[in-house]
Amino acid sequence: MSDTFTMDEAQPRLLDETKQGLVGAPLDRPEGKLKVTGTATYAAEFKPEGMVHGVMLRATITRGKVTGFDETEAKKLPGYLGLFHGPEFVRNPAQGMAGAAPVQPGDRVDYHGQPIGLVVAESFETARDAAARIKTSYEQNPGAPVDPAGVELELNEKRESIQGDLDAAMEKAAQSVDLEYTTAGHVAAAMEPHAGIAEWKDGRLVLHGSLQMVRFNKEELADAVGIESDKVHILAPYVGGGFGSKLGISSEHVAAALAARELDRPVRIVLSRQTVFDAVLRRTETWQRLRLSADASGKLTGIGHEDRVSNLEEEAFSEPVNAASRFMYGAPNRVMRQHISRNHRTPTGSVRAPGEAVGTFALETAMDELAEKLGLCPVELRLRNIPEKHPDTGQAYSARALEDSLREGAKRFGWDQRPETGTRREGEWLIGMGVAAAGRANFLVPSAARVTLSADGALVETDMTDIGTGSYAILGQIAGEMLGLPIDKVSVHLADSDLPGASGSGGSFGASSSGSSVFLAARKIREQLADKLGCKFEELSLGNGEVSGGGKTAKLVDLLSDPISAEGKIEGGKTAKSHFSAGFGAHFAEVAVNEVSGEVRVRRMLGVLGIGRVLNEKTARSQAVGGMVWGVGSALHEELGHDPRTGHIVTRDLANYHVPSHADIPREMEVVFLPERDDEANPIQSKGVGELGISGAGAAVINAIHNATGVRLRHYPATPDKVLEGFANGR
Amino acid sequence: MRPFDYLRANALDDAASKAGDGAQFIAGGTNLLDLMKLQVMTPETVIDINNIDGLDKIEPHEGGLKIGALVRNADLAADPQVRRAYPVLSRALLAGASGQIRNKATTGGNLLQRTRCPYFYDPAMACNKRDPGAGCAAKGGVSRMLAILGTSAACSAAHPSDMAVAMRALDAQVEIRGTDGATRTVAMDELYQLPGETPEIETSLKPGEIITAVILPAPQPNATQSYRKIRDRASYAFALVSVAAVVEMEGETIKQASLAFGGIGPRPWADAQVNAMLEGETPSEELFGKAADTLLAEAVTDEGNDFKREMTRRALVAVMREATGMAPASTGTDKVEALA
Ligand SMILES: Cc1cc2nc3c(=O)[nH]c(=O)nc-3n(C[C@H](O)[C@H](O)[C@H](O)COP(=O)(O)OP(=O)(O)OC[C@H]3O[C@@H](n4cnc5c(N)ncnc54)[C@H](O)[C@@H]3O)c2cc1C
Ligand code: SF4
Repeated sequence: MSDTFTMDEAQPRLLDETKQGLVGAPLDRPEGKLKVTGTATYAAEFKPEGMVHGVMLRATITRGKVTGFDETEAKKLPGYLGLFHGPEFVRNPAQGMAGAAPVQPGDRVDYHGQPIGLVVAESFETARDAAARIKTSYEQNPGAPVDPAGVELELNEKRESIQGDLDAAMEKAAQSVDLEYTTAGHVAAAMEPHAGIAEWKDGRLVLHGSLQMVRFNKEELADAVGIESDKVHILAPYVGGGFGSKLGISSEHVAAALAARELDRPVRIVLSRQTVFDAVLRRTETWQRLRLSADASGKLTGIGHEDRVSNLEEEAFSEPVNAASRFMYGAPNRVMRQHISRNHRTPTGSVRAPGEAVGTFALETAMDELAEKLGLCPVELRLRNIPEKHPDTGQAYSARALEDSLREGAKRFGWDQRPETGTRREGEWLIGMGVAAAGRANFLVPSAARVTLSADGALVETDMTDIGTGSYAILGQIAGEMLGLPIDKVSVHLADSDLPGASGSGGSFGASSSGSSVFLAARKIREQLADKLGCKFEELSLGNGEVSGGGKTAKLVDLLSDPISAEGKIEGGKTAKSHFSAGFGAHFAEVAVNEVSGEVRVRRMLGVLGIGRVLNEKTARSQAVGGMVWGVGSALHEELGHDPRTGHIVTRDLANYHVPSHADIPREMEVVFLPERDDEANPIQSKGVGELGISGAGAAVINAIHNATGVRLRHYPATPDKVLEGFANGR
Repeated sequence: MRPFDYLRANALDDAASKAGDGAQFIAGGTNLLDLMKLQVMTPETVIDINNIDGLDKIEPHEGGLKIGALVRNADLAADPQVRRAYPVLSRALLAGASGQIRNKATTGGNLLQRTRCPYFYDPAMACNKRDPGAGCAAKGGVSRMLAILGTSAACSAAHPSDMAVAMRALDAQVEIRGTDGATRTVAMDELYQLPGETPEIETSLKPGEIITAVILPAPQPNATQSYRKIRDRASYAFALVSVAAVVEMEGETIKQASLAFGGIGPRPWADAQVNAMLEGETPSEELFGKAADTLLAEAVTDEGNDFKREMTRRALVAVMREATGMAPASTGTDKVEALA
């Protein structure tokens, strides 16, 4: 529609003028109490009349065809309602923002663990038992490759960018590094397992789903089931973590919808933890080669980042491993290149900070190695290589905190106390410090919201989700700030697909994109209030229920004979072309490495981040800390183990897939946000935070291990056995 | 989960009479229920033994302690007598699982917990332990958590318990009540069977037999005890390798040494030869290295768990250095005090 605001030029910093004092304040989440008291209703916690229960069946071959199901034993169970499968079933979840059904393979099996059917019964227990009794027969197509290195690789031109002559630069360099890295596959493992309840009501498909992007999800589900998207109604008011794994609709949503239609009863499916590992998109494992060349002054002359990632055939997604390498540092000679291995391991997709989460391990530890070779402080090497313009595109950078965060972080962390490599010891523990820079591209995704102001207060409505990040809090804060209302006068209604369509939660763009739409809606209301009061828009001042401007003052209730409603809509515009917007920062870590066992403990961490305007200090900090914890996890613990014969995930529960435990995370996890406004990002001058927290955090830990021990580790996670191997290979 | 009958036993006799074929006792349930949900175990009857009187006590016994089978792991770890006289047991318990699980888990259940071999946990995978004769999918698979000593062609699963490793080093005895009401006592190496051709048989318990207690011999007041666990994260992870040691010095020589290892064997692993070669000797790196050589002489590893050789060696040497006074004691190594 024509009233969509496009971000074509920097906007006035209106939120610096408003007086309510809500934006940025560390307010509690309004829904927090519901969540900690167990009364927030997550996807599986509705009890529609007549609800029945489903359990997904998985393929136990790697490649081939399902030729039949033997239900004899299942049918003996009282309460068994049947086995559902068919051409609408999806192979794996939709990739983020697909807006269309994922691959629907029919009876074809492309990976071990693929959902191939849904077993429904009157009770969950019966359904689970029945699922275990059903015998599936297959026509196997043996020899499916599951070793990412064992197939002919596909060059991904989309991620290729070559400038100058890197080989020549490497040859001429005063110092250079040419290193190989591997990172393990990861799974998001959100606390709330994937779940949905589907029901057909008044000709519409109603889905309570644990989903991140309702606007896209309704298109995906409609497409999969074969109905118009206005016949789909999705509700996802509370989501217990997503981290990318709930971006797209997944097998359980489609299966529940189909079974519900056939049975004419609501169907509930909650994936078991094991099925979450089997059937949800994982982060690819990576192989990476990182080349850096520098002249004697420590100026980079070349950067090469090549990688190999995995995915199934027909999946458009590939982990953008070199994402940060493209914009962090400048050098005239560059090679960015990706190859995709099409193999039959479980499919891959977006997991928190796709690209940066694993790519910065190579880039930022290679920078550390290069600094050592050059005899330069690693902070200094980074400071010397901050490019003026985006090296790929020539765009100007918008607000960029890279230099300030490195300097501020070094000061706060006590970087000048960093020991000489391998010299600080406390008993068996070797102590060291590491640094890494952080960078994560920032996006503005089309988003809409409606704000209604009445004498009772304001109501914000949008299909934006809150996946535990704080959307309820910040959207209320923005509306209250703009309309001069205390926070308890603002209510926020989210994640209902009949409401104006938002960006959804993904790519760290949700808060800024949906926040901007709320801001724009409220700005329209401010225009109307200025008219009603009879002052200019610029003169208008709102606070605690009062409206003033141009020498006049009125009570808000007196001005509002009828509620005022306005819709705000935003999309990216010219600033996205002229400027490159990204969050930047620096991570510092201190670790202790046990000389006997190779065990690593992080003792303290500091992240200094520039995220534009901070919308809520508390929820932003939680996002940043959460990201840093992920950094620790991918550096030290998290690893999907794939069976070398079938490709399936062997570590398919939380006892075998190790996320950091509390004892792995130090009390001292400090986060500092630098004061910043990103004028080119959006009209509220804010940027993403959750994924910036990961980016570089793990590399800081790895660099600290080197400082402690003299050992360079290039295969992650750095579990004790790898540290011991490092010891054995010489420090 | 398969439907099952739930029965509650009020006395040992009652438990024995209820325990027919296809029955399982349930104590804390922290292992059994997980396995039932996955249909790795499908008992027809589950007999709850939590109501049986007298099994939740820690009592003096012939100069040592008798620990009832229903004593919770958390209570056992916190018991003042255990902390004083058997600190290795407290340390081992606290190194295992999580606070919540230790509150529920029992002494008997901990001894009899099943392996954490991931292929055992997945009914779609061939497993000789779950389904005798089916084959072993873990062979040639992800082998990080598998054992390297005492394994067989049929099965390489490791026993996951920390508690049992400490008890093995303490030479604990396990008290078993037969279905006829008679009680017998067995050493830990008699309780646990090696896999051989029959990995489905893990212990010498007969159907319906119940563990009633664990008996710890009188403590050696001059000994040093130590527990060291190496794992993939700081808490809530099973041992890659663990070592429990009870060592008594006489002047400069090792009077007595009892070592047991976790993470490397199908049962808490002890090797009499290793203990014997340490006794009567003067502590030295070389001696400990030789002990490790002996311990690992028969180890069978693959690419995925070969690291356990070096890790075990390092753990053994470090623990012995501390226990013999060659190195200052760190957390995990304690001097034994007499029982109160
Ligand atoms: C995520 C996770 C992490 C863990 N980490 C560790 C760890 O690091 N280290 C560690 O040592 N353990 C760990 N554990 C395992 C935990 O210690 C065991 O689950 C627990 O000790 C089992 O005790 P229980 O009483 O709950 O046994 P149950 O589950 O009740 O029983 C287990 C088995 O023992 C049998 N049984 C129980 N009592 C008796 C009896 N008196 N006589 C005869 N048979 C009996 C039952 O029939 C059953 O077969 C972990 C468990 C989980 C779930
Ligand atoms: S190692 Fe033992 S428990 Fe594991 S799959 Fe093989 S037979 Fe089963």
